[in-house]
Amino acid sequence: MDAAQALADLTEISAQIEAAVLAEADGSVVASTFRQEGRGEELARAAVDLVAAAGEARGNSGTPELVQIQAATPRGSLFVVRDESHMVAAVTGTKPTVGLVFYDLKTCLRMLEREEAKAEKPAKAEKSEKATTAKSKVGKAATSGKPTTTKKDEGGDEGS
Amino acid sequence: MRARNALAALGLAAGAATAAALWLRRGGAPREHVDLYFADGSMVSFEPGSLEGDRLLPIARRVLAAARG
Repeated sequence: MDAAQALADLTEISAQIEAAVLAEADGSVVASTFRQEGRGEELARAAVDLVAAAGEARGNSGTPELVQIQAATPRGSLFVVRDESHMVAAVTGTKPTVGLVFYDLKTCLRMLEREEAKAEKPAKAEKSEKATTAKSKVGKAATSGKPTTTKKDEGGDEGS
Repeated sequence: MRARNALAALGLAAGAATAAALWLRRGGAPREHVDLYFADGSMVSFEPGSLEGDRLLPIARRVLAAARG
């Protein structure tokens, strides 16, 4: 499952979410439910602005990390949920079920994280397998080389 | 006597209707606010009129306007 699929699942699960965008921590869009690319980018950028302004509002020194935001207006609500590497921003109508929307957004981020971890695992396993194979080759060469040398040395010593 | 009773009932009904309308109107329009949730489980809510609320709410309004087109 990729990011777009995670977002599609999110909008399917949560009927309250009208639109959502999944972005990197810096605001670069990973996936969006908007048909127009620009709107997704705008929402992601604004979400980054909101997170930055909210961080300033609370004061950055010694305060715990900001993880969720809900901004309610007469036109609807804006939700932002973030982790270390990603954030998801969603727009709902007025009077959403706040806990449920947060839960769905967190689930979306967790699914993405799990998929990324899964994708990384085979790559790491492949790397370590290659490294092990290379090591064992080197090891074999070294071990097969040693006795030969020793034997030769021994033989040489014996001969002289 | 009967007219007085009818007048009182009418007044009561009008008062109840006005109160109901005010209650519905208050409940119908959601109040604006920004809630910030932190990793340790704490939450802060800012309303319009506060320094933080006045800084954060315009961004949220802009986002919603952009999202709705």
